[in-house]
Amino acid sequence: MTITDAPKIVTGRLAAHDDAHTIARYEATDGYKGLRAALQRAPQSITDEVKAASLLGRGGAGFPAGVKWGFCPPGVFPRYLVVNGDESEPGTYKDRILMESDPHQLIEGILIACYAIGCSQAFLYCRGEMALAHERLGEALNEAYAAGYVGKNILGTDYSIDIVLHWGAGAYIVGEETALIESLEGNRGMPRLKPPFFPAAKGVYLQPTVVNNVETLANLPWLMQHGAEAFHALGAENSRGTRMFAVSGHVKKPGVYEVEFGVTTFRDLLYAPIYSGGIRGDRALKAFIPGGASAPLFYEEHLDLPLEAGVVGKAGSMLGSGAIVVMDETTDMVKATRNLVRFFARESCGKCTPCREGTTWLERILDRIIDGHGRPEDIDLLLDVCDNISPGLLWPPKQTTICPLGQSATPSIVGTIKRFPEEYERYVNAPFSTTVAINGAAYLSPPVAAATGGSAE
Amino acid sequence: MTDTAPARDEVSTVTVTVNGTAIEAAKGELVIDAAERNGVYIPRFCYHHRMKPVGMCRMCLVEIDTGRGPALQPSCMIECTDGMSVETESPVSKKAQDGVLEFLLVNHPLDCPVCDKGGECPLQDQTMSYGPGESRFIEEKRHLEKPIPISQTVFLDRERCILCDRCTRFAKDVAGDPFIHFQDRGNDSQVNTFPDHPFASYFSGNTVQICPVGALTAKPFRFKARPWDLDQVESTCTSCSVGCRVVIDSSRDEVLRYSGVDSDPVNWSWLCDKGRFDFEYVNDDGRLTEPLLRTDAGQDLAPAKWSYALKTAATAIKGGLDRSGPAGVGIIGGARLANEDAYAWAKLAKGVIGTDNVDAQLDDGLPAAFVLGLPRATIDEVCAPGGTVVVYAPDIKEELPVLFLRLRHAAVEDGVKIIELAATDTGLTPLADSSLRVRPGEAADVVAALFGSGTAPEGVDPTAFFHARTLLAGGARVTAVIGRPSLAESADVAVAAAHRLLELVPSVTFLPALRRANVFGALDMGLAPGILPGRVTLDEGRAHVASGWSLATKELPTETGLDTRGILEAAANGKLDTLVLLGADPLADFPDRDLAERALTGVRTLIAVDLFLNESNRKADIVLPAAGYATTEGTTTNLEGRVTTLGQKITAPGTARADWIIAADLAGHLGGDLGVESVAQLQDEISRVAPSHAGLAAALADPANRDGVVVPVPAGPPQPPEHAVEGNPADPSHRGAAEGAPAEPVLLADGEVPGERLEHELGPDPAPATVTLPAPPSVAAPVRDAYAHRLVVTRKLYDHGTLVQHSPAIAALAAPSSPLRLNPADLDRLGIASGDRVRVTSERGSLAIDVVADSGVPKNVAALVLDQAGGAAGQLLTAGSLVTDIRVETQS
Repeated sequence: MTITDAPKIVTGRLAAHDDAHTIARYEATDGYKGLRAALQRAPQSITDEVKAASLLGRGGAGFPAGVKWGFCPPGVFPRYLVVNGDESEPGTYKDRILMESDPHQLIEGILIACYAIGCSQAFLYCRGEMALAHERLGEALNEAYAAGYVGKNILGTDYSIDIVLHWGAGAYIVGEETALIESLEGNRGMPRLKPPFFPAAKGVYLQPTVVNNVETLANLPWLMQHGAEAFHALGAENSRGTRMFAVSGHVKKPGVYEVEFGVTTFRDLLYAPIYSGGIRGDRALKAFIPGGASAPLFYEEHLDLPLEAGVVGKAGSMLGSGAIVVMDETTDMVKATRNLVRFFARESCGKCTPCREGTTWLERILDRIIDGHGRPEDIDLLLDVCDNISPGLLWPPKQTTICPLGQSATPSIVGTIKRFPEEYERYVNAPFSTTVAINGAAYLSPPVAAATGGSAE
Repeated sequence: MTDTAPARDEVSTVTVTVNGTAIEAAKGELVIDAAERNGVYIPRFCYHHRMKPVGMCRMCLVEIDTGRGPALQPSCMIECTDGMSVETESPVSKKAQDGVLEFLLVNHPLDCPVCDKGGECPLQDQTMSYGPGESRFIEEKRHLEKPIPISQTVFLDRERCILCDRCTRFAKDVAGDPFIHFQDRGNDSQVNTFPDHPFASYFSGNTVQICPVGALTAKPFRFKARPWDLDQVESTCTSCSVGCRVVIDSSRDEVLRYSGVDSDPVNWSWLCDKGRFDFEYVNDDGRLTEPLLRTDAGQDLAPAKWSYALKTAATAIKGGLDRSGPAGVGIIGGARLANEDAYAWAKLAKGVIGTDNVDAQLDDGLPAAFVLGLPRATIDEVCAPGGTVVVYAPDIKEELPVLFLRLRHAAVEDGVKIIELAATDTGLTPLADSSLRVRPGEAADVVAALFGSGTAPEGVDPTAFFHARTLLAGGARVTAVIGRPSLAESADVAVAAAHRLLELVPSVTFLPALRRANVFGALDMGLAPGILPGRVTLDEGRAHVASGWSLATKELPTETGLDTRGILEAAANGKLDTLVLLGADPLADFPDRDLAERALTGVRTLIAVDLFLNESNRKADIVLPAAGYATTEGTTTNLEGRVTTLGQKITAPGTARADWIIAADLAGHLGGDLGVESVAQLQDEISRVAPSHAGLAAALADPANRDGVVVPVPAGPPQPPEHAVEGNPADPSHRGAAEGAPAEPVLLADGEVPGERLEHELGPDPAPATVTLPAPPSVAAPVRDAYAHRLVVTRKLYDHGTLVQHSPAIAALAAPSSPLRLNPADLDRLGIASGDRVRVTSERGSLAIDVVADSGVPKNVAALVLDQAGGAAGQLLTAGSLVTDIRVETQS
C-alpha cells in the first residue's frame, strides 16, 4: 500500500465544505489569492513556473500545460483560451465535480492561464448534460464579474478578460478539441484535420487557441500560491502533483478520489478503505478499465501498477481521462463489450466511413451474438472489422479515421476475445434459435441468454 | 489548377516516389493529384479537385512515408514533400481500401439494376477495381424513404448516399446556397434539406453530376436510359454567353442529358440548372418540323414544302428589293445561331441581298461597335487573384450563372475585390467588397467620382463609396464587367461609364456581359449594322470582304444600316418591306412592346426562321424550321471571344434545316450563290475572310486547344502544314475568284496553305484593322420629378422565354408573377401595403400591377422583371429613352 497524505490540491475545498461553490466560501478559503499573486508577476514567469512544475494536461493525452501555452505563435492576436468541460467518456466525472462544487477555483485558474497566455477572451465549454454544473458556473461567473475578478480591469489592473460560458448540445466527440472548436463556432461537432488545424496555430475563428482541461486549470490557483517547487515535490518522475480518478462499477465506494500522481497504485485505489473499499460483495475482480472506455482492459495482474501514464502505457493501456471502471467475476464480458461498443457507435459523428459504418456494424454483430444468432465465424469477423478501423490492432493504436473515436471501440473487443474466448464461444456455439429476425426486431427467447445469465453492467 | 502548377513554377518542384517510381510534383500539390497526373489512380469518393478536400470517405488512404516510417494517410489531404514515398498498392494500403469499400457497402442498397447511376457509378467501378468480392454484412441494411424530392429537379435517395459531403460542400462552398446539410449523427447521418427550405439553387444539378453514387438523380434523366446505351459528343452550352463546355448524351436519337466538362478557362465542370436541363426543348414535340406558310392574310399558317416556302420567301424579298431597294429589307436576330450560320446569314444579307439592316441584338444589349472595340478580358483575367473587378452589368447570377460561380470563387477564395455599381441589390451584392447603389442614368458620374477627390454622389452610401475609392487607389490590376443592367436604361449609360473608366484606368480590360447565347459570335460574324465578318467596319473592311466574297466592293451595302430599334421603327412607319426574324421574338424580348407590335403589323412580309412558334413569329407569313442545337455542327463564341466547337448528336426534327443551309438556299433562290457546301468549308472561309478569325480553323483543330481559342488568334510561330490543312481545302471557285485581289491573304499557288503562313511569306498582314472604340455618347439623365420612380427592368434566369417554357423540368421555375418592387419606405410614403394593386404609368403606357416591398430596391426606384407570367414591363418602356420614370398611383 502506497497511500500518501499528499494535499488535496483541487478537491480539498469541496471535500471540506458543502458550500464550496459560493464566492463567500471561496474567498474565505484562500480564494483568488493565486490570481492576486499572478497579477503581480510577468506573464512569462507564470508560464515558466507551470513548466517548472511539470503540470501535465489532465484531459487524457497528458501534454505539459506550460509547453502547450508556448505553442501560440508570438505576436498573433487575438488568441483564445478554450476550457474543455465536455467530459463525456463513460465513467468519467471528475471535471463535473470540480465544475459543480468548486466553480470559482476553475474560474481563477482560467484567469491565471489567460493572463499567462495573453488572451482576454476565454470560452468555457460545459457539457450539455451537466445542468447543475452549468447553473453553478453561471452563478459563479456572475459573482466573479460582480466582484471584479472577471471583466474590465480585473482587480484594478489594466488587464481585462471575459469568460463566455457555452453549453454543449450533447456529443461525446466534442470532447475532442478540434470538434469542440467547431461546435463552439456553431457548426456540427466534427473533428478538424490536423494539419492544418492545430488549435495553437488555427483554433477558434482560425486564431491561436489554447485548449485546456478543467482539472488542469483548477490546479493553477494552488500552484500560484504554493509555487512550482511544492507542486513538483508531489508525485513521481514525469507525473507531478496530484490527479483525480473517478472509480465506478463493482466497487463498494464508487467516487472521485484525488491521489498523489504516479505513486498510488490501482490496488490502493480499488481496495483501500479510504478510497473505493474493495469489490462489492468481496467477489473476485474480473477486469477493469484503467482510463476510460477507449482504454484496453486491465486485469488482476495489473493491480500493482502505479497510476502513472508512462507505466500504464507500457503495460498496454492508458490512464486517459482518469475513469476506472471495475468489473467483478459475475460480469458477462460479451455484454460488457457490447455496452462499450454501443457507446462509440452512438457517439460517432458520422464523418469518416470506417467509424460511422464500422462501429455500428460491430455493435450489430455483438447484438446478434448476444441474441443467440451468432456464428463461429463472427469472432474472426469482429476482429477483422476492428482491424479495418484500427489497422494491425496495435497499442498504441493506428487509425483509418481522422480522430481516435473509431479505434476506441476496438480494444475492448480485441481484449475480451483474447482473454475470454470461451465466453464468446459459448454464445456462438449455442444451438441456433429457431426464431426469425424481422428487420432486427425482437427474437423469441434466445437459448443462450438464459444459460449465461450474466450481468452486463 | 493543380495539374498545371508544376509548369508555372519549376523552382518549387519536389520529388516523390510513388510505387517505386520517382515523379516530379509541385510543392503543395496533393498526393492524390500528383499520383493521378503520373498514371497512378488512387480511388476516392469525397475528393473533387474543384473543391476543398475534407478527407472523409477514407477511400484514398495510402501508405505515405515522410521519413518516419510508412503510415496510412488520406492522399487527398497530404501535400507532396521532397523525398516522400507513397505506396498505393502495398498490402496495408490494399487492406485499407478493401475495408473502406466494405464499410461503404454495409448500408448501400444493391439496387444497381434499377439505379440510374449503374454503369457510370464510381462506387460500382471502384468496388470492382479495389473492393472485396463479397460483403460479410448479414444484418438488415438501413432503410429510409426512397427518393424524396429536394427541389423541383433533384431527387435524393438517402439509402444510396455514402455521405461523402460532395453535394453539401458544393452547395455551401461553390454555389453559396447551403440548403442541403448533414443531419443527425453517426450511423443515422443523412443529407437532407430543412423542412420547407427546398434545395432551390440555380446550380442544384451539379450535385447530381458530382454524386459518386446514385443518391442524387435529376428528374429529367430518371429511368430514361442506361449509361451504356448513351452516346456522347462534346459541345458548348448556348443557354447564355458564358460558353460552358458540356457533353451531350443521347440515346435513340434523343438528347437525354448534358453534363459539365471541366474546361479550366471557363466552367470548371459546373453548369447552371437552366443550361443543364433545357436540353428538353431539343426533343420537344412543339418543335417546328416543316415550313409554314400563310397564303392569304387572315388565314392560319399551313404546312408547305421547302421548295415552295423558299421560293415564296425569295419572291417576297425580291419584291421588296424591287419596291424599296436593299434598305427595305431588315433582319433581326441571330444570337441563337452558330458562328457558321451567322456568317452565312451575314453573307446573305450583306453580300447577296445588299442590306445592312441586320442586328443580332434586340436593343437589349450594347452597341456592336462598342462591344467589338472594347479591350477584352478573359474570365481568368477577371478572376485572377489580387485583382479588382468593377461591375456594371445585369445581375450576373441571373443572366450568366456560371460566370457568377467563377466570380464567387475569385471573391471568396482568391481575394478578388468586386466593386459593384447597380441600381438595386443583385445576386452579386453579397460577394461585392463594395456595392454602390447607382441611380439609373448616372453610372458614368459615379465612376468619375470614384476616381475624384470629392464627396460621395447623392444617393450613394458614403461608406461603400469611400471603400471602393480606396480599393481602386490601391494599385491592383483593374478589370471590368460591363453590360446593360436595366432594360429601362439606355445602353448609352453603360457605354459612357465604360468610356469614363477607360479614361481613368487606361489599362482596364472588359468582359462584356451580354446574355444571349452566341451574340458575340453573331457580332463577330457581322450580324450587326455597320459591321462585316471579322470585327471590321463596313467602311474599313469593304474591300477585303468583298474580295473574299468574290464581289465588287459596290455590291456591299454603302451605308451603315439600322439596328433593331431602327428596323422596327422603319417597319412601324411602313418604310420596311420585308422583315426576317432570325430566331427572334421581339414581342417578348424587345424592350418597347408597343413599337414591336406596330412593327410586326406594319411590315409587308414577315419571314421567320426558328425552332418553335412564338408570339412574334405566329404573325409571320413564312416560317422556316431551323435545325438548331445538338443537330448541327459548328462553333460558338462566348463573352471572352472564345470560339469552341458545337457537337452534332441527333438528327433535326422533321425537315428542319441548319440555318446556314437556309441562308444558302435563300441565296440560290435570289439568284446568288454563297458558295458554301459544308460547315468545314464555312469555317475555312471564315478563317480566310474574317480578319479577327485568321488562322482559327487550324488553331481549333489543334488538340491542345480543346478549351477553345480566343479570337483574334494570337500570332504564334507558323503552324506546321499538317495542322494548317486540317478541314476542307478551300473551295476551288473561291480560289479562282480571289485571284484578282492581291490584298487577299489566303491563297498560295497550290491553294493549300492558309493565311498565317502567308503573313511571313508575303509581308505584312493586309487585313483591315478591326473595330476601334467609337466616341463616347453624351449622357445626361433627366431630372426625376419628385412624384416619379425611376424604373429598373431586369431579367431572371427562369423566364417565359420559348426555350425555358419548352423544357418541362424548369418551365415551372419561372416566377408565377412579377410584381413591382418598391422600397418599404416608398410604400409607406404612398400609403400602400405589400400585395396591393397599383396603377403604374409611364410616358409609353399604363398598367395595373401588384406591388411588393423590397428593401434591396433603393428609395425612388421601382423594379420590374421582364418576360415573366403577367409580365408587362415592356408596355412601360420607350425604345431609346435614356431612363424611364413611372408614376405609381393607388387604384381608385
